[in-house]
Amino acid sequence: MDLSTTYLGLRLRNPLVASASPMTRSVNGIRKLAAAGIGAVVLPSLFEEQLRKEQDRDDALAEGGSEAFSEALTYFPTGYSGLPGRPQRYLDLVERAAGVVDVPVIASLNGSTAGGWEDFARSLQEAGAAAIEVNVYFVPGDPHVTGREVEETHVAILQRVRSVVSIPVAVKLSPHFSSPGQMALRLDDAGADGLVLFNRFQQPDIDVETLAVHPATGLSRPADAQLPRTWIAILRGHVVCSLAATTGVDEWDDVVKYLLSGADVVMTASALMRHGVDHVRVLLDGLQEWMARKGFTSLDEVRGLLAVPRGVDATAYERAGYVSALERARGTYGDLRVGVHQ
Amino acid sequence: MRVTIDGNEAAVSVAYRLSELCAIYPITPSSPMAELADEWSSRDRPNMWGTVPTVMEMQSEGGAAGALHGALQGGALSTTFTASQGLLLMVPNMYKIAGELTSTVFHVAARSLAAQGLSIFGDHSDVMAVRQTGFAMLASSSVQEAHDLALVAHAATMRSRVPFVHFFDGFRTSHELTTVELLPDDVLRALVPEELVRQHRSRALTPERPFVRGTAQNPDVYFQARETVNPFYAETPGIVQAVMDELAEHCGRAYTLVEYAGHPEAERVLVVMGSGAETARETVEHLVARGERVGVVQVRLYRPFPAAELAAALPPTATHVAVLDRTKEPGSAGEPLFLDVVAALAEGHQRGDLAHLPAVVGGRYGLSSKEFTPGMVAGVLEELAKPEPRRRFTVGIVDDVSGTSLDYDADLDIEDADTVRAVFFGLGSDGTVGANKNTIKILGADPQMHAQGYFVYDSKKSGGQTVSHLRFGPHPIRAPYLVQRAGFVGCHHLGLLEKVDVLARAADGATLLLNAPQPPAEVWDALPGPVQQQIIDKGLRLYAIDADRVARDCGLPGRTNTVLQTCFFAISGVLPRDRAVEQVKAAIHKTYWKRGSEVVRRNEEAVDAAVAALHRVPVPAVPTSCRLPAPVVPASAPLFVREVTAAMMAGRGDDLPVSALPVDGTFPSGTTAYEKRRISDLVAEWDPDTCIQCGTCSFVCPHSVIRSKYCDETELAGAPEGFKSAPLDAVGLPSTRYSLQVYVEDCTGCGLCVEACPVSPLTGTGRKAINLADADEQVERERPNIAFFETLPVNDRSRVDFGTVRGTQFLEPLFEFSLACAGCGETPYLKLLTQLFGERLTVANATGCSSIYGGNLPTTPWTKNAAGRGPAWSNSLFEDNAEFGLGLRLAADLHTRLARERLAELRDEVGSELVDAILGAPQVRESELGAQRERVAELLRRLDALEDGRPAVEDLRSVADHLLRRSVWIVGGDGWAYDIGSGGLDHVLASGRDVNVLVLDTEVYSNTGGQSSKATPLGAVAKFAAAGKTAAKKDLALQAIAYGNVYVARVAMGADAQQTLTAFREAEAYDGPSLVIAYSHCIAHGIEMKDGLDQQHRAVASGHWPLVRYDPVARAHGRNPFQLDSPRPRIPLEDYVYRELRYRMLRNTDPVEAERLLALAQEAVDQRWATYEDMATRSASQFTADARRSS
Repeated sequence: MDLSTTYLGLRLRNPLVASASPMTRSVNGIRKLAAAGIGAVVLPSLFEEQLRKEQDRDDALAEGGSEAFSEALTYFPTGYSGLPGRPQRYLDLVERAAGVVDVPVIASLNGSTAGGWEDFARSLQEAGAAAIEVNVYFVPGDPHVTGREVEETHVAILQRVRSVVSIPVAVKLSPHFSSPGQMALRLDDAGADGLVLFNRFQQPDIDVETLAVHPATGLSRPADAQLPRTWIAILRGHVVCSLAATTGVDEWDDVVKYLLSGADVVMTASALMRHGVDHVRVLLDGLQEWMARKGFTSLDEVRGLLAVPRGVDATAYERAGYVSALERARGTYGDLRVGVHQ
Repeated sequence: MRVTIDGNEAAVSVAYRLSELCAIYPITPSSPMAELADEWSSRDRPNMWGTVPTVMEMQSEGGAAGALHGALQGGALSTTFTASQGLLLMVPNMYKIAGELTSTVFHVAARSLAAQGLSIFGDHSDVMAVRQTGFAMLASSSVQEAHDLALVAHAATMRSRVPFVHFFDGFRTSHELTTVELLPDDVLRALVPEELVRQHRSRALTPERPFVRGTAQNPDVYFQARETVNPFYAETPGIVQAVMDELAEHCGRAYTLVEYAGHPEAERVLVVMGSGAETARETVEHLVARGERVGVVQVRLYRPFPAAELAAALPPTATHVAVLDRTKEPGSAGEPLFLDVVAALAEGHQRGDLAHLPAVVGGRYGLSSKEFTPGMVAGVLEELAKPEPRRRFTVGIVDDVSGTSLDYDADLDIEDADTVRAVFFGLGSDGTVGANKNTIKILGADPQMHAQGYFVYDSKKSGGQTVSHLRFGPHPIRAPYLVQRAGFVGCHHLGLLEKVDVLARAADGATLLLNAPQPPAEVWDALPGPVQQQIIDKGLRLYAIDADRVARDCGLPGRTNTVLQTCFFAISGVLPRDRAVEQVKAAIHKTYWKRGSEVVRRNEEAVDAAVAALHRVPVPAVPTSCRLPAPVVPASAPLFVREVTAAMMAGRGDDLPVSALPVDGTFPSGTTAYEKRRISDLVAEWDPDTCIQCGTCSFVCPHSVIRSKYCDETELAGAPEGFKSAPLDAVGLPSTRYSLQVYVEDCTGCGLCVEACPVSPLTGTGRKAINLADADEQVERERPNIAFFETLPVNDRSRVDFGTVRGTQFLEPLFEFSLACAGCGETPYLKLLTQLFGERLTVANATGCSSIYGGNLPTTPWTKNAAGRGPAWSNSLFEDNAEFGLGLRLAADLHTRLARERLAELRDEVGSELVDAILGAPQVRESELGAQRERVAELLRRLDALEDGRPAVEDLRSVADHLLRRSVWIVGGDGWAYDIGSGGLDHVLASGRDVNVLVLDTEVYSNTGGQSSKATPLGAVAKFAAAGKTAAKKDLALQAIAYGNVYVARVAMGADAQQTLTAFREAEAYDGPSLVIAYSHCIAHGIEMKDGLDQQHRAVASGHWPLVRYDPVARAHGRNPFQLDSPRPRIPLEDYVYRELRYRMLRNTDPVEAERLLALAQEAVDQRWATYEDMATRSASQFTADARRSS
């Protein structure tokens, strides 16, 4: 059975990709995932904002109290001050991981502003990252920011990263756009090698006992897959770039559904966190078994089988047929409007 | 190659390349040499012969010398770097090394010795104390010489077999940044051929060719054996000169053993050594040009003393010679160099080499980095022109006691007009010094330019000022003294104009740059009247910029360095403006590229914005302000404080005459109270409405600025309007008010109180019951409140439950407003010590942070109460503190015994009831101590009634205070307790005597800038452990527990303040040795200091710092003496350590190693916890018994 697939122009032995999780934070974890049969790994996102903050903080701490008192003009080994802390560690992880596993290691950059990306993207490429996933986790806390500005930011970030690296660049985006489809097309146009659908917006929770706000960090559930699946089904055929599905994979049939809707690869962190690394094999075996049962011999035959047909779209756009596409999609996937307006 | 480096780097650059081993120990001002060697070694930088030198940090300089001696006997090329007391600790080994004719070089940044007081600054006291050891001594006078003569020393020792001390002036040369020519490897290789290395090795101990060295010799041969080395010493001067000549061939810089400069027929000649020779030479050249017949002899080789060369160097015309020594030898016929010169000239005359014997006089100059200026040089030469020059003198001070000091023209300015001179006033860590160092490197990189920078720092660890002295010009700069006439003055904080005479060094017509928050039009009026007058009188060109705003606008809040550096370039004219801007930007790129293009962009933007925001301020013809700067100390301060302390505080200490100073190093207590430094923009503000009066903020305040009192509401009748109080939260005291007063002018804004405050009102604002607020507003509001608060009586100790943290807030701290770092983790413990035992407290303080913030002039924090009682404090040395404290205990015990004996003798006369009560009084509880104090007071009253002059009465009177149990505390850091003082501490703990040891454990040498100690934990990065420490922290507590009769506690007030309090009280009450090891967060941990207490909590929660108490008394009562006070570790070590830069650094640079060490450290934590848990469940009999008591 041929499970191989192409994602971002990279040849993968199968379509299962480990998305960012504590497991992909260490070389050891990555090695285990590769040994378990994963197709590719995405490293945890390096939060641009956090990175800058940490860098500034460590620089300030290394210089703290320096040049003030004759006996102690510095407090740390001089050659070590000003090192860019976390990025260095991250680059090291990329380099080591890329050296020990034979599956693509995709680095992830997580940021919210267009600026200061170039240096780091370049370093990631030099460290051996097979591709970069730009994780635009944009929470417009400022109610004055317009939708247009948010969109422009996405495109600008992509273009800046794209302009400094030659390795593929994917964009992981959120579904919270007035028109996610159009946003996807724009990113495709702007040179994205792939789109990863979708980022989960981790809304904070409130603890009523301590009267404190806590960040929510739950694992995703299969029901969460509906929204990304719908959009993949719609976008399949409209974009040149690869499509990756993420969120809501737990069992092999979740993988199959994504592939049928048109995903090139299916990413999961939650399933692996929940069931352990060996679950990779369970998912792949399930996929293979299903393909055999249904008489498929390669993924190409499966991929996009239940995507929104291309022909429908063309007319839909011209004569408000978009609605009928959605109607049809609803027939296939359930009540789309609920999904869109979630 | 031309580089801009300081003297330390210049010396170590050669020493490292020519060594296989560096045995080291940190000591100011030589530490940077060792640090650089360690840094290079940790990066695998090879020496001349392709091997990476081993850098071995030892537990003391004595240890370093021992290791070095061994390595030399093992055939390794070995060196060390030291100064001051460190060199003294090496003396025994120096005799051995020299006696065995072993090649080595000790590089010494020469420094004062601790006498009436410690001084970290430069003079020749230390090197002069080793002149008799048999080491050859070579003195460098400049950074270039420190580099070149380092090579000469290494080459000469290899050729002569005589070991060398190579020294240069501490700070003045060791820390002066200047442009020098670097010696390439091939020159080093040429002067130290490999053959010599092999010869050195061939003399090593080896079982292949066994021999014994280091025998014990008897009267029959010792003397003769001692004389065997003479030929080696006889040849050494010739060898040194030969090496110097070879060096000259290679690099063109020619040196001689003694060098004369001046008029060829000089009549008056100076002899001098070290950096002073540079000043003397420049001054002499200036005077010769004016027609004076003067000269100077610079001595480079001091041992073996080149007597013949000295006599030959002196012009035959010389009639008067003044020899200047940078040391003092009380009681001697003269200082060492003087005596050597006298002997050399007398012998030269006797031999007939000198036609006549000039008159030779000797003087002292420059002790403890006292300035030595051209005016002083000229003053000495003028003295020589007098018919009867003074035979012994001092220069640079006013000696109104012995009349030794010479007058001189302090305004003599001989500097090259082409040299730009600039001074900058900044605050510690504000970036001023860093920017200036950067400026020097920028200008020094220009092959046409010479540059020099010297930086004067404050004695304070928080909020101190810095003064940068910079020179640039087309000609070589030979001016090892502070800038006296600056063409440019930068004042980077407007407030400094109020505190120090910023314009004293401004030349007429100079440019003054002020960093002022006011709009340009308002700057002039914001200046104090006298400053305006100075600006007008000197015709200064005034510029102003709001650098803070520019930096903030460019996304660099608080970082004004780039802005102010740009302004300097823009208006000083050292470079054309465009080129200057270009150079600054290039330097920015070089400094910040690693931190990403965004940081570079922000800084570049700041450069452009600075030029745009810089304004010339018009100077009117007359002052517009009559405002005077605030007085340095209040008029109510004691005379000594007003006349002496205040002068030091205002930077006028150099003007104090000898008579102003105490003869024996004794200074009054409690002078920080007069300083009112106002160093923070934010200060603590109390919210009485939400406060629960727990006392935590007061407990943790490192600066003793949060004070609490309670009083009857009637006592608040006259309170100022804004005076805050609240009903006392205590049952049964309905009319009592509680007041918490923040001493806002002394508050450093560290924020520990805010973090520690447990109150978190649900206002949604994140505010607590104590918060940080704008200092200016608070100071105005609180001044009258503080004055009123001070009129309220201190609460009666007998009515306070100071077994609780809450209760201790009402005890008066007798350690206040120290100059420690803002948020210091050590000082809250010391404050607590004084609150609990201050009236009976004697403190022996090891050298280190605590001796510096505790005893560095001008002002000191140990203070006294209204009754005039308080801690008696002294610092002996670094290495001997436990022994010193034991001595204080032994003296107290002796005098207690004497007092009791005399009292018993006088029983009938004094009154048996009182005597019996005194002799039989228990003195453990506070109430018992209070009662005893009253009895002793009564005793003294009764003694007054007895006949005076009787020995028994007078004896008793002189020691009666010992009838009250004295509390002796031995205080120091981990560098002392774990390393240099470890042997002594161990011995004192084993003595069984009633001493209390408080180890302020920062897990690193804090005072000298973060070097690793044996308290440094596994995996932490520190200097000398740049690749992460690979040995676990020593468990000092368990070591002490092993004795059985030592009370031991490990505490961390941020984790459990109550346990800390209990431990302090138990330790003090215990009649025997006590050891309290206190976790002290530190700036060298790489944390924001406000998070210090949280880190203490995490250290305990992770099991890194288990809280324990071991009480031998419990064992005596059949109970388990070992008590584990903290719960089982509940967070992984990772959650504690990676909140500190000292651990993150390794994770950043070597994640694999960090991961490995973290795993091992976690394992060690788990293992130790298991051991402790096991101990906590044992029976009493499983612990060592206290043999001093029957159980």
